[in-house]
Amino acid sequence: MLEIKDLHAQVNGSEILNGVTLRVNAGEVHAIMGPNGSGKSTLAQVLAGRETYDVTKGEVLFDGKNLLEMDPEERAREGLFMAFQYPVEIPGVSNTYFLKSALNAIRKHRGQDELDAIEFLQLVKERMKLVEMDESLLNRPVNEGFSGGEKKRNEIFHMAVLEPRLAILDETDSGLDIDALRIVADGVNKLKRKDNAIIVVTHYQRLLNYIIPDYVHVLVDGRIVKSGSKELALELEEKGYDWVKEKAEVEEAR
Amino acid sequence: MSTATNTIEQLANREYKWGFITDIDADSAPKGLNEEIIRFISLKKNEPDWLLEWRLRAYRHWLTMKEPRWANVKYHTIDYQDIIYYSAPKRKARPKSLAEVDPELLKTYEKLGISLQEQERLAGVAVDAVFDSVSVATTFKEKLAELGIIFCSFSEAVQDHPDLVRKYLGSVVPYTDNFFASLNSAVFTDGSFCYIPKGVRCPMELSTYFRINAANTGQFERTLIVAEEGSYVSYLEGCTAPMRDENQLHAAVVELIAVGENAHIKYSTVQNWYPGDAEGRGGIYNFVTKRGKCIGRNSRISWTQVETGSAITWKYPSVILQGENSVGEFYSVAVTNNHQQADTGTKMIHLGKNTRSTIVSKGISAGFGQNSYRGLVDIKKGAANARNFSQCDSLLLGDKCGAHTFPYIEVRNNTARVEHEASTSKIGEDQIFYCKQRGLSTEDAVNMIVNGFCKEVFRELPMEFAVEAQKLLGISLEGSVG
Ligand SMILES: Nc1ncnc2c1ncn2[C@@H]1O[C@H](COP(=O)(O)OP(=O)(O)OP(=O)(O)O)[C@@H](O)[C@H]1O
Ligand SMILES: [Mg+2]
Repeated sequence: MLEIKDLHAQVNGSEILNGVTLRVNAGEVHAIMGPNGSGKSTLAQVLAGRETYDVTKGEVLFDGKNLLEMDPEERAREGLFMAFQYPVEIPGVSNTYFLKSALNAIRKHRGQDELDAIEFLQLVKERMKLVEMDESLLNRPVNEGFSGGEKKRNEIFHMAVLEPRLAILDETDSGLDIDALRIVADGVNKLKRKDNAIIVVTHYQRLLNYIIPDYVHVLVDGRIVKSGSKELALELEEKGYDWVKEKAEVEEAR
Repeated sequence: MSTATNTIEQLANREYKWGFITDIDADSAPKGLNEEIIRFISLKKNEPDWLLEWRLRAYRHWLTMKEPRWANVKYHTIDYQDIIYYSAPKRKARPKSLAEVDPELLKTYEKLGISLQEQERLAGVAVDAVFDSVSVATTFKEKLAELGIIFCSFSEAVQDHPDLVRKYLGSVVPYTDNFFASLNSAVFTDGSFCYIPKGVRCPMELSTYFRINAANTGQFERTLIVAEEGSYVSYLEGCTAPMRDENQLHAAVVELIAVGENAHIKYSTVQNWYPGDAEGRGGIYNFVTKRGKCIGRNSRISWTQVETGSAITWKYPSVILQGENSVGEFYSVAVTNNHQQADTGTKMIHLGKNTRSTIVSKGISAGFGQNSYRGLVDIKKGAANARNFSQCDSLLLGDKCGAHTFPYIEVRNNTARVEHEASTSKIGEDQIFYCKQRGLSTEDAVNMIVNGFCKEVFRELPMEFAVEAQKLLGISLEGSVG
């Protein structure tokens, strides 16, 4: 489904991604871990099409299509979703109105009929339950004045409504309390299907107890230095990133 | 943001959709301004002597005045002798019904999307259409008349209700008020008149649709709305003009009078005059004086304006709060794109006790647009416990445009309370990206963010108007984020 080959990206001339290679198949869950500033969010944003970052080398295929050639909205309409580490506030625009416009833009792209207000409301009511969203957050302006945890939950609510083929969740767990973490993770699990895939970026093994990854990757200095099964996350928690960093340096020295 | 910028630049070359010219014979005065022209206008309109005298006094006063230059706008000097002050479509007599109206004119309105016949049938909006200088047809008049509501062109009011006109004309905006108001008083040709009798709630939105058609024509319309005790009226004003390379002057005067206790006038404008092309050629100079007076206790006047057109906008819809507990409101969205300039705001003049005013101004600047808010909150000595709340927000789309705020506050009564909040923000690249990540196009994202920014004003507009305003905003701002 997603194929990243030797991806390099810069911001203001400084290299942040140094050759990321990763393959994600339908039905898989991948976790990306790594120290602060190692480039996890950058990778997510480059995949989503943020123009702040210049891709200097490499290739990304999404369902066989050249992802890097597409505008961000085209990527979204093709089924790529990113839950933001820092969700953005849009004053004066109600959450439901925003989501309805987004969903209909995506549906139109797929050649489906646009949903009318009633159909949309039904869908929303149903998906709200998935993440136990408070109804009051629906009519409030997008993320405006939402608490940190509410913002994160709202991102997964968006995901539940838009039903992406590939979802990249950038530290969705940070800021959630213990109960909310479980609820949101349950929601994500319910959205998991054979024909979609999820990439979770996280610092905590705790989340991976709920959303069980098929693969864990460690990103250091803009490169995946180690990949493994879910046990790798446990090992990291125990030994810290220095352990993988040292190993990576040894490998590089060879 | 490079692709976003590209899309935006492509869109910037949009065309002004309302820029067609109607081909009809016009009955015009020669260019220029002198007492003869004023007599000509007055004669054409078969006016009583007192009105001619009033016009002439205004003209003589105007001759002693200088064009104001304090507004934060730049434009070429206007040659007042190069303007045609009267232009009317040629026709036989005053039309008694739509059937008698020149079909060419009706076609123009249809192009504008306001078919009069249709409107009459659909019921809901009564339209008084002003085409250049003469009111063409007023719909719904009979139905309103049953309630005692007078809604007609200004010229008709002069003929049919001279006492009312004489009593209120110039009572809020005297002919000496300012340069453009004096000019208007001397040469105004038509406009709308509206009178709501005691205790009547006008059952439909009243609407005037202004359109400038003839070349080199100034449009000087005059609107007078009088609301008696316990009455209510909501009045809508919409404007368009054809595209021309020259600038055209529009100097209107609107007077609102909430005479009695609990009288309420709501006046909404969607102004979409031709703004000029992307290089700043042509466009309307919109120099307008709008003022209301709350005379009755608990009376209320609300101005809501969405200003997306005109090359230059110079207007300050104001309220004189004379009656105890009276309320003045000003809700404004002003958009300047390309080379448009706007200097707009309000004056709230508190005279009576417990008077309250609210000002919400949203300025949006894009391209090379310059947008100034200029407002005065003036609390006079007698205005015990007066309250004002002002909020002025500016949104910048791009970095070649400007937003300016000039709030003036004068408080002469220490029990008064005045609050002022202001903010300036740039449309966020992160907001646009967030929208795009959810599947929305750049234009839809900008539209949505800007509409969100204007929400507090749009919700003051009647429903159909709010929808139109949102669309207009989208069109005005197409291609403006960088
Ligand atoms: N727009 C930008 N301008 C300048 N530097 C940037 C920009 N975006 C990212 N960087 C830098 O790139 C590096 C990687 O940042 P990124 O946000 O991808 O890290 P991360 O792995 O997500 O970290 P965290 O775990 O703290 O979220 C950091 O050093 C960051 O400062
Ligand atoms: Mg990050």
